[in-house]
Amino acid sequence: MLNVDIRHDFPAIRLNIRFEAPEGITVLLGRSGSGKTSVINAVAGILRPREGKISLGERVLQDSARGAWLPPRERNLGYVFQESRLFPHLSVRDNLLYGARRRGLGIPAEFQELLQLLDIAQLVDRRPAGLSGGERQRVAIGRAMLAQPRMLLMDEPMAALDEARKAELLPYIERLSKGRNVPVLYVTHNIAEAARLADTIVVIDGGQVAASGPAGDILADPEVAPVLGVRAAGAIVQGRVVQVHGDGLTEVAVDGGRLYLPGCDAAPGESIRLRVEAQDVMIALERPVGVSALNILPVTVSAVKSGQGPGSLIQLANGGMRLLARVTKRSEAALGLRVGLPCYAVLKSVSVAREGLHRVGGDRPG
Amino acid sequence: MSGLGAEEWQVVWLSLKIAGVATLFSLPLAILTAFALARGRFRGKALLNAIVHLPLVLPPVVTGYALLLLFAPNAPLGAFLQDQFGLTLAFRWTGAALAAGIMAFPLMVRAIRLSLEAIDPGLEVAAETLGAGRGAVFATITLPLMLPGILAGLVLAFAKALGEFGATITFVSNIPGETRTLPIAIYSYLQVPGQEAAALELAYVAVAISLAAILLSEWISARVARRLGGQDAER
Repeated sequence: MLNVDIRHDFPAIRLNIRFEAPEGITVLLGRSGSGKTSVINAVAGILRPREGKISLGERVLQDSARGAWLPPRERNLGYVFQESRLFPHLSVRDNLLYGARRRGLGIPAEFQELLQLLDIAQLVDRRPAGLSGGERQRVAIGRAMLAQPRMLLMDEPMAALDEARKAELLPYIERLSKGRNVPVLYVTHNIAEAARLADTIVVIDGGQVAASGPAGDILADPEVAPVLGVRAAGAIVQGRVVQVHGDGLTEVAVDGGRLYLPGCDAAPGESIRLRVEAQDVMIALERPVGVSALNILPVTVSAVKSGQGPGSLIQLANGGMRLLARVTKRSEAALGLRVGLPCYAVLKSVSVAREGLHRVGGDRPG
Repeated sequence: MSGLGAEEWQVVWLSLKIAGVATLFSLPLAILTAFALARGRFRGKALLNAIVHLPLVLPPVVTGYALLLLFAPNAPLGAFLQDQFGLTLAFRWTGAALAAGIMAFPLMVRAIRLSLEAIDPGLEVAAETLGAGRGAVFATITLPLMLPGILAGLVLAFAKALGEFGATITFVSNIPGETRTLPIAIYSYLQVPGQEAAALELAYVAVAISLAAILLSEWISARVARRLGGQDAER
């Protein structure tokens, strides 16, 4: 468990941040300039905040009240930077082993295993300059992991990559966190990335924590969405694969009903995380008939947030499942949407945010 | 060309010795100065920069004269070195090395400073997060990445020291076997009728040494560029 409680003044922004990051992946989510990179730098010891306390488990990294402060080299945290920062004069192998050598560890026992996991075994004799962006970031992740960190810090590690490379890198990050039990603090401005990776989300806005909690709660909170931008708003829904049908559709059980989605590789029994963007959800007062949408769920309005402009955000719930819908204020009034109103959510599109990681009743996949 | 006589060989050897000593002794100081100028934040940085570059713009004779005023046996600094360390600079090869070193210093500092400024400080931060202390960061990251600049600086400074004339002849005069370096010897031969052949021979040697220095530095920088610039290790 990472505990952060810090204050620091920059010319443009005043940082006053307090949050807890439990096990798993904690995403610091915020727009650029919100101060999130400063927070991760303070945890790493690259930035020394004016005052505050940072601790990881029993270990105090900084406590300004007692004048305690550990320099970065003694914190034992793996840091993966946006621009990879591989050492250009060293081979990939020497880059990977840099931290282990500084800490006098020799070649770690899991060296080969990690090379396989990150798919970089074939790169070890090459130099960083010859690698693609995705390869560089995988080597950077490997370099951080081989120093046996107590926590992995990642500052927009995919910002410099195109969509294809991002999609390629995401599974490695998930596997690292789940398979190796290293907590991860991950900074991004990208909601889709957060929806895919986060167990916990800390929303940072203007140097303050705007909201923090389990990823499902934060992403479905209509109060939080405007902070991050309503265009990208969308909830995540936990489901379990029931059956793969002959026509290629995968049937997934969620609280409140069944969803059918195409292009999903998950096998029956697997638990998966779905992302439903707020702009892809329509609200109907009665179960619609004669529409092409396959996925219609009975729900109840659980929160209404009218925006500054012509739009409103409506939170819909059924059991533990929550959805966010973006409608106009005019529709909100016409339908009489208010908390407690039963209605139907019509989902125009559902995407798989994460699959195959927590197999229900089974071991983690290798 | 009849080959070099004993006297000419002495000139070549002396010149190489003076330039070599001047270059090697300047190196640590040049690295420190480059660090101060590239990374330091202190009052008087502009002044330090100006002083370092002064020999580049000052007439060499003036630099030599200043050295004479400071290091002559009866001048305060000269007397001090003589009494405390038994070190005489004026009219000795050691003085020639000092003059050559001072004249070459700005070139060496400049080359090292440029290479230092080209290093992404983020790499050093990354090394720190991986457990490296200050000394280890310098030895494993900063110094290897500065190496091209250091080598370029060494070659430039060596060539400059080898060709130094004005400050040297003013400070330590023209004493055969002690301070008569290659350019001074060529000048001396040209002053005496019938010695043109010896002057020409030494000129050939100067060209050969300079050419070798340039080729060596090109070869080194090409190797370094290959290491840093994407080609994979040969294996």
